[in-house]
Amino acid sequence: MEKTLEKIMKEEIENEGNLISILQNIEARFGYIPEDAVNWFSKRLDVPASRFYGVTTFYSQFHLKPRGRNIVTACCGTACHVKGSEKLISAAAMELNLKNDEDTTENGEITLERVACLGTCSMAPVVLINKKIHGKMTLEKLKKELKLLKKAAQ
Amino acid sequence: MSSVKIMVCMGPGGIASGGAEVISAFESELRQANVSADIHKGCSLHKVGCFGLCSKDVLVDLIIDGAKTTYQSVKPEMVRRIVSEHIIGNLPVAEWTADENYHNFYKKQVKVVLSDCGRIDYENIDSYISEGGYKAAEKVFAGMTPEAVTAEIKNSGLRGRGGAGFPTGVKWEACRKTAAGQKYIICNADEGDPGAFMDRAVIEGNPHAVIEGMLIGSYAIGASRGYVYIRAEYPLAVERLKYAIKDAHERGFLGSNIFGSKLKFDIQLKLGAGAFVCGEETALIASIEGQRGMPRPKPPYPVFQGLWGKPTVINNVETLANIPYIIKKGSAWYSSYGTEKSKGTKVFALTGKVKNTGLIEVPMGITLREIIYDIGGGIEGGKALKAVQTGGPSGGCIPANMVDINVDYESLARVGSIVGSGGMIVLDEDNCMVNMAQYFLQFTQSESCGKCVPCRIGTKRLLEILSRITKGKGRDGDIELLEKLSRDIKSASLCGLGQTAPNPVLSTIKYFRNEYEAHLKGKCPAAVCKELLTYYILEEFCKGCGACLRACPSKAITGEKKKLHKIDPAVCVKCGACFDVCKFKAVKKE
Amino acid sequence: MVKLNIDGRMIEVAEGTTILNASRMLNIEIPTLCNHPKLTPFGGCRLCLVEVKGVPRPLTSCTTPVSEGMEVTTSTPALEDLRKTVLELILSDHPNDCMICEKAGDCTLQELAYFYGISPYNPPLLKGDKGGFLGERRIYEKRDGNPFIERNMEKCILCGRCVKVCDEIQGVGAIDFAYRGFKSKICPPFERDLDCEFCGQCVAVCPTGALTGKMWQLRGRQKDIKEVDTTCAYCGTGCNITLHVRKNEVVRVTAKEDKWNEGWLCVKGRFGYTFINSPDRLKKPLIRIAPKHIADFGFRISDLNSEVRNQQSAIFKEVSWDEALDYISAKLKEIKEKHGPDSIAGLSSARCTTEENYLFQKFMRAAVGTNNVDHCARL
Repeated sequence: MEKTLEKIMKEEIENEGNLISILQNIEARFGYIPEDAVNWFSKRLDVPASRFYGVTTFYSQFHLKPRGRNIVTACCGTACHVKGSEKLISAAAMELNLKNDEDTTENGEITLERVACLGTCSMAPVVLINKKIHGKMTLEKLKKELKLLKKAAQ
Repeated sequence: MSSVKIMVCMGPGGIASGGAEVISAFESELRQANVSADIHKGCSLHKVGCFGLCSKDVLVDLIIDGAKTTYQSVKPEMVRRIVSEHIIGNLPVAEWTADENYHNFYKKQVKVVLSDCGRIDYENIDSYISEGGYKAAEKVFAGMTPEAVTAEIKNSGLRGRGGAGFPTGVKWEACRKTAAGQKYIICNADEGDPGAFMDRAVIEGNPHAVIEGMLIGSYAIGASRGYVYIRAEYPLAVERLKYAIKDAHERGFLGSNIFGSKLKFDIQLKLGAGAFVCGEETALIASIEGQRGMPRPKPPYPVFQGLWGKPTVINNVETLANIPYIIKKGSAWYSSYGTEKSKGTKVFALTGKVKNTGLIEVPMGITLREIIYDIGGGIEGGKALKAVQTGGPSGGCIPANMVDINVDYESLARVGSIVGSGGMIVLDEDNCMVNMAQYFLQFTQSESCGKCVPCRIGTKRLLEILSRITKGKGRDGDIELLEKLSRDIKSASLCGLGQTAPNPVLSTIKYFRNEYEAHLKGKCPAAVCKELLTYYILEEFCKGCGACLRACPSKAITGEKKKLHKIDPAVCVKCGACFDVCKFKAVKKE
Repeated sequence: MVKLNIDGRMIEVAEGTTILNASRMLNIEIPTLCNHPKLTPFGGCRLCLVEVKGVPRPLTSCTTPVSEGMEVTTSTPALEDLRKTVLELILSDHPNDCMICEKAGDCTLQELAYFYGISPYNPPLLKGDKGGFLGERRIYEKRDGNPFIERNMEKCILCGRCVKVCDEIQGVGAIDFAYRGFKSKICPPFERDLDCEFCGQCVAVCPTGALTGKMWQLRGRQKDIKEVDTTCAYCGTGCNITLHVRKNEVVRVTAKEDKWNEGWLCVKGRFGYTFINSPDRLKKPLIRIAPKHIADFGFRISDLNSEVRNQQSAIFKEVSWDEALDYISAKLKEIKEKHGPDSIAGLSSARCTTEENYLFQKFMRAAVGTNNVDHCARL
């Protein structure tokens, strides 16, 4: 971890980074924001850890816990909403057996999350599966994709 | 051999429909057919930005010796025939070429910002230059004073395309007149409005226009540094912009001694981290400085005290992309479009229940009817238009009977909506207006920064009231309560987010009060609100095919093959799967 | 200087003055929760909204600087109505348990709710099902192992004063805003227990019962308390402090903003006052008359077990100041005569004032006749 953090530090100095870009760098490398990483930077930069925590929790891009190996992102933009994204999400949650506020399957394989808008409104409803965009999504198509993901995970 | 240019749409819609696959299909088909040993010599393949009519993506323009043929809904497997019959055989595949609807889509549009989008190769700076790119910046640096530039923009009547509609020239002038050692120009590419994607399309399709706009702006206000604050949710736009900035640097359009002057200008990208409120300019500044994106009260305005306390101009992507064209063709040309107070053209993201969804650019003042019926081709599936939502979460709904309204800043404001960043979502009879208001409040509530009381707690309370109405638990006086609370939140909130968040509530109550009243009586007229619905199967239509039984996730449906099926309301989770799957329209919801 | 008109009265103030401060100069009260005169303006509570002629929407007076010829109105039915709504919204996310709240009687929020006539049973706007305010409320798990600061974050109105004081005045940054929207909260990093200097400045500036002193709990209401202004005896800085005394017992220490330390204190000054009423506190001089073998061990009284301590009279003898001073002077003279003045050394204290320290070194040099004098702060 130490080595990675040193590397991030060097990059951020070169690129005139700030608190947000440091956290983006950490998130990109670790998949979430580990407390130790924050404390390390807090000490090195003499910036209170509370500031890091404040920024981390403000922006939805940052996560405090590791996420699943596969990320399914359902767009909840207006166009997608109008074309039934809520239905897709509840069906996906049911398919993945997610309960209450959980967003990741028990085995840590698949995370289901929402995004405000992907800017692909003319293809609504849109679902992003591991960064690949799927337009004009239907219940059947989504269920099929999720089944594939689940199968691959086993 | 004749010259063949293949332009494949790699805009947001093009990519989502498989544009990359179409391109590789062309590459391999051309290679196999041995059309050209060197693809870039006689026959060239280009990735271009958004064509506009995304619902017919992947769109491909084939230009043979200057003659253009457009193919629509292209799939990789269609490429072989296009190559063999059209490129080699010189006979267009008529059944796949764009139809009348496609041409109608463009008939009433006027393309300024989007004029080069879909025509130039976004990865190739020469492609932009050959269409007159960077000529405007050259003109400005070579022979115009900053005063003349601001005057030109002022005369053009261009107003901020991000939503607020503040005159761009006036903003520039105020910043130019503020004395400071360092000034900044920021391009606001934090396109957060759900349902709007014009900024993404412009950056992805024509990134150099944005850079040139910033360059001209920097000259006008005297800034040596610029930032583009861009959403991290747009990775492609980030990549293309990065690439374009690098190219512009190499050609000397950015850096020092620009166009032989002593001036320097650099652009740095700053990635957003997922917060809608950062589209608000003071929050955006806080975010560039690396802080929580919490807005601060204005005054002082950013043109006097902005980034790091220095005078700063913040312009939206579309605003900046207009600049080179205005300088090139003159303010008089630009202001010949539009209405008295709303000049020029505006890009809209036309989506929702309309046949032709996509990106359109129209002169200000065009009627909503022209947009929906002439450009949009009418409502999908023969349903009735109910309303048009404009301006996203800060905007409002315009009911169907006002469809002849002119689309400009003043007219839309008069009916309680806004132009906003240009999202235009068409709603039909199947959309519930209370649900729409609830949707937008859900959004603004979760995006509220939490700094001021009216927005932090007020939007939460609005949402709670709306939620109970959609659940059939509304109380007498709830509508009036919504109205009062909405008005107070609008007056008392700190920034634009809170000041406009109640608009969707107020405008839906204004035009669709009857729907609210119906909900209070336990009915959702559009049959959308789950808690107010019951699903049942009509005996006369049910064939006992079992499709609904298999689709039901909660096992609420019973019935033997070829016999009437039944839904147990106690088990039904009202997901609507049976309704969607039934081919005989035997499932009814009420 | 800038001339402006507030509620029909003319005033001339320095450029950059906020409308709020200009109004205060005219003794016009504008309600506010987030503004604190010593901290940068925030503009979050929205109570200080005023109307300015020519501006379409109300502005927060705490953040808006005055300008020439400005015409300000601080109270209109519309403004008061907005303030009422804002207060009602705040109280809709507040426990409203004033009867058992430590802060009652000394709470800005309670005061404003009173003057605006807002109660959970008669809210003009947000009446819930069974009376009470409408809507979800923030609930927090309490995480307070520290001995000084009691945090009731459900009572937090997110005015940000504590965050600012910790950052701007104390330079620590132990807490900050976290999350956003309705979920916003103020907390230490990763929501752990507070781990800071415990200066308690945050407690001093909190306008509600969210932050209070642990040691003050259930020790009396402000109305029963007598305030005694004095100087903190912990160090030479000499902060002005106010002892809050109930039944002749110090139950709390605060500092006043108009004194030179501007209301700020450190952990010792604010929380280190229990010695005052401690039974172990020495109030009169004692002379040790202990048998030699016990004295040789160099015990401190507190080190002895209670049994021995109860036999205090056997070891120490309580005497008057004259007796004690005579005893010291006699002993010093005796040592000086026998071993010379340099066999004596004096160590002075940072708790003394400069004048006292001056006198002490003078005494050592002139009366005792040695340069062996030093000060604990030098060590």
